Amino acid sequence: MDHGYTEYIEKSDRIPRLISHLFEKMPAIEADRAVLITQSYRETETEPVIMRRAKAFEHILKYIPIVIRPEELVVGSATIAPRGCQVFPEFSFEWLESEFDTIATRDADPFSISEDTKRSLHEVFQYWKGKTTSELATSYMAPQTLIAIEHNMFTPGNYFYNGVGHVTVSYDKVLRIGYEGIIQEAQAALDQMSLGDAEYSKKSQFLQAVMISCQAAIQYAYRYSELAAREAEQCTDSVRRAELIQISQNCAKVPAKGATSFYEACQSFWFVQMLLQIESNGHSISPGRFDQYMYPYYKKDLDSGRITREFAQELMDCIWVKLNDLNKARDHASAEGFAGYGMFQNLIAGGQNGDGEDVTNDLSFMSIQACMHVMLPQPSFSVRVWNKTPHEFLMRAAELTRTGIGLPAYYNDEVIIPALMNRGLTLQDAREYNIIGCVEPQKAGKTEGWHDAAFYNMCRPLELVFHNGMDEGVKVGIDTGNVEDMETFDAFYDAYKKQNHYMLSLMVNADNAIDVAHAERCPLPFLSSMVEDCIGRGKSVQEGGAVYNFTGPQGFGIANMTDSLYAIKTLVYDQKKVTMAEYKEAMDHNFGRQLSPEDAAEITKALARRLVDQEVEVDEERIREIYQVAKANGVPEEKRLKYEALRAMIEEVPKYGNDIPEVDQFARDVAYTYTKPLEQYRNPRGGWYQAGLYPVSANVPLGAQTGATPDGRYAHTPVADGVGPASGRDVHGPTAAANSVAALDHAIASNGTLFNQKFHPSALEGTEGLSKFVALIRGYFDQKGMHMQFNVVRRETLLDAQAHPENYKTLVVRVAGYSALFTTLSKSLQDDIIRRTEQGI
Amino acid sequence: METYWQEQGRIFDIQKYSIHDGLGIRTIVFLKGCPLRCRWCCNPESQDYAVQTMRLPGQAAKSVGRDVTVQEVMEEVMKDRPYYTRSNGGLTLSGGECLMQPDFSAALLRAAHAQGINTAIETTAFAPYETMEKLLPYLDYCLMDIKHMDSGKHREFTGQPNERILENAFRVASSTNVKLSIRVPVVPPFNGTVEEITEIARFAERLPGVRELHLLPYHRLGQDKYAGLGRTYALEQLEPPTQGMMQKLLEAAQQFNLECQIGG
Repeated sequence: MDHGYTEYIEKSDRIPRLISHLFEKMPAIEADRAVLITQSYRETETEPVIMRRAKAFEHILKYIPIVIRPEELVVGSATIAPRGCQVFPEFSFEWLESEFDTIATRDADPFSISEDTKRSLHEVFQYWKGKTTSELATSYMAPQTLIAIEHNMFTPGNYFYNGVGHVTVSYDKVLRIGYEGIIQEAQAALDQMSLGDAEYSKKSQFLQAVMISCQAAIQYAYRYSELAAREAEQCTDSVRRAELIQISQNCAKVPAKGATSFYEACQSFWFVQMLLQIESNGHSISPGRFDQYMYPYYKKDLDSGRITREFAQELMDCIWVKLNDLNKARDHASAEGFAGYGMFQNLIAGGQNGDGEDVTNDLSFMSIQACMHVMLPQPSFSVRVWNKTPHEFLMRAAELTRTGIGLPAYYNDEVIIPALMNRGLTLQDAREYNIIGCVEPQKAGKTEGWHDAAFYNMCRPLELVFHNGMDEGVKVGIDTGNVEDMETFDAFYDAYKKQNHYMLSLMVNADNAIDVAHAERCPLPFLSSMVEDCIGRGKSVQEGGAVYNFTGPQGFGIANMTDSLYAIKTLVYDQKKVTMAEYKEAMDHNFGRQLSPEDAAEITKALARRLVDQEVEVDEERIREIYQVAKANGVPEEKRLKYEALRAMIEEVPKYGNDIPEVDQFARDVAYTYTKPLEQYRNPRGGWYQAGLYPVSANVPLGAQTGATPDGRYAHTPVADGVGPASGRDVHGPTAAANSVAALDHAIASNGTLFNQKFHPSALEGTEGLSKFVALIRGYFDQKGMHMQFNVVRRETLLDAQAHPENYKTLVVRVAGYSALFTTLSKSLQDDIIRRTEQGI
Repeated sequence: METYWQEQGRIFDIQKYSIHDGLGIRTIVFLKGCPLRCRWCCNPESQDYAVQTMRLPGQAAKSVGRDVTVQEVMEEVMKDRPYYTRSNGGLTLSGGECLMQPDFSAALLRAAHAQGINTAIETTAFAPYETMEKLLPYLDYCLMDIKHMDSGKHREFTGQPNERILENAFRVASSTNVKLSIRVPVVPPFNGTVEEITEIARFAERLPGVRELHLLPYHRLGQDKYAGLGRTYALEQLEPPTQGMMQKLLEAAQQFNLECQIGG
């Protein structure tokens, strides 16, 4: 490793200007892509789907408007408006049409949309009725599955309504041989086949589709080259003119050919990154190990004196800003689950190479520096940690944490590498892992991991146990008998496992249906051109072309489930302080929780109005009566006190997150009820299911759909986030919480686990504070924790930002596996972040 | 298990992840009972050896003080071993005054050493030297308060004279391998002048091997607890020292051959 890399580098003046241009306005929705893909699809109805996809991609790239934003050094924008988003009707469109009039004013992630755009979209949407992946997926699902989805037992919405994304392609390959090189590879594969091969027709179509797509990317870059040249001619500022000429030269060369300089490599990287997000709207297209595949270009330029560290840093900063230019509109419900315009473009630094040597380098440090320079939510920046990670690298990462931006996330090689090997990766591949999206590890350029396959709320099957498989009067689960009749804790726990297992099978059914729909309706030839072994196998990643295939749905609610089961075991079965019938009654009445005065007033108003409509006389006293009943949620005072007493008893039962071995052992087992049964399932691409344990930010909206739980959690409030303790229940500090979380088996959750901690800035003061913070991470990782991330911000700051959002437009906080602008989050998610325990005073 | 693991003592709290008191990430065990009655004490519940009931506003009444064995304490302490290892942290005994329970304290430190865990005490040093000596074989770091050089004023504000403390400081410094640092709680009407701090620093400099002097500004975070114990807080009107004042005192201490800092 070189030294000198630890030097800080100043920020160029250009960067703040790029940022303010990008964030000037609310992002807009643009119709061009939707119009172009529809034109192309109308022309290709008789052709194989893979060819239609390639031709549509080609058509889009030929005609979609292009723009070079002021002062950019690295160019290529998917929309004319900064941070705008295109529309992808091939996946789903009805939600967007139904939100035309509300999307600009909704709580989470608003987008502006012009009347013209609405008209154009409305017109093309007519074509797509019955042709989307979501419609096909629905028809592939079992009836029981559709009922379970309707009842929010789990949410496969991510890929149900969108592209899959969640991939890291072989950026290194494009940098090395360019798309011309990939076209040659595809051509060679085609030449080797005989017309008599059984699979000739399908494979040859795929290989031709790859070539068309790669050629389209090359032509698209040429358009930028020409645009830059035209702008250079008109430019009166000589400095900017020289920059535009350089940009024009870069785009004439890459990504067609291999990069020969760091600057060309940056431009080439960027075209790959943004074009993947024009082909499909899957998010979590993750740059991965940028510090590794870019390093040879940087090193060569630096050694030969062709580049300064300052200019290399400026180029990286430009890319960091550009990563915030890509955006995605989601339906209202998903926008809450992925709040903060999340794009989850995970970029990771540090770690080891395939041979097990530490490869932290100059660019690893400069990646941290870039995050400090731009202070924006993208990229989702991560660092790899292992026993040989240089201390100074972690100290620098901790400095970034201290800024309060919620970056980086820390990942433990010592757990992830064996976890991936357990899923069939070679040692070499496992050592080269990077993270997709929030927390999902995989090997770049070889994996179709389907990492965010569904949200699975582990508390919901417990509700089914309490109601013998019924949910709101509908049979959603299976028969497990009356909960009051369960004589032992084991019988009760067993009923949970049965309901849970049944729901898991339905979730798998849903995911596999969606998987097939993507293979049949939206294979992606461009993306597949950069994933091994698609060209060799002659099929797209959607059809099983990748070397490694997984489906990773994520469970959440471990803390609530642990505390719930432990409370039931303690109070009902061990101490016999309360009967199951009493417990159930209290939960059915939400532990007697009174409504807020505002909600009670709303209900009173509605009821009074209805009475008046029915011509019943309503006087003031009657209104007061209604208000009292409404406030008590319809529960008589005597009962309410009883329910509250039970809840007080529950509060006294030990809780997860406090380093109490017998509770934590329970948590380990609860996690197994999710992670182990999933291992038996296979997906249609020939791969296996693997569990993740993390909720993104879905613990808030999905918590809102969950009734009261036996841990004393009130109905419709958030479920615990990640694998951490339930909000406010960990009272013995960060090491105790971390020890509890480390008691889980993280390696079996090979699709990732997520552990949030919130720190007060005083805990990271000075070099000593940073050093102790690093020791905390090391100590958690020594105990085989997998992932850790931090919010370092004062509670007062967040409260003030809620009250005065206008003063905090760029306040970035960690949500869950990613960072987002605090003020763009919904109120309930903001509250959840504020509630998470603040450590270290 | 050897018998000292069964030694009993009285504590009132165990605090994990202490990062502002000494080396690395530490677990602090607070022992009950103290021979001094410092008027500014922020842990008044630590002073009396008896188990007490404390009622804090908005909280249920809480019993302060419980009897535990060394083994029970060590089970808690050991849980954070990975963090001690990574940060060079360990166990700190505080109080109260650990010298009030010398056998228990010595056994705790000995148990920690037996487990390879670094040890520290925060002490008033108000005890016969023979008592201190019991702890020294198992002690790595001693944080000792020198509150005032004038014995009369010392007695007025803490209830005890300072001769024994000064003598202990000298004997600990000169006779063992224990690292010794001097801490001064800075309480304005008591010792908050340049002259008073200078005197303490002059003394600290003369202690063999002592390198560090910490000035700890008085704060009133403990105020509620006095009411909670049914006591009155003697320093009701007292303002904590300003930053400027602390800076001036720091500069005074820095005249001597010592590494001085504000805060622990």
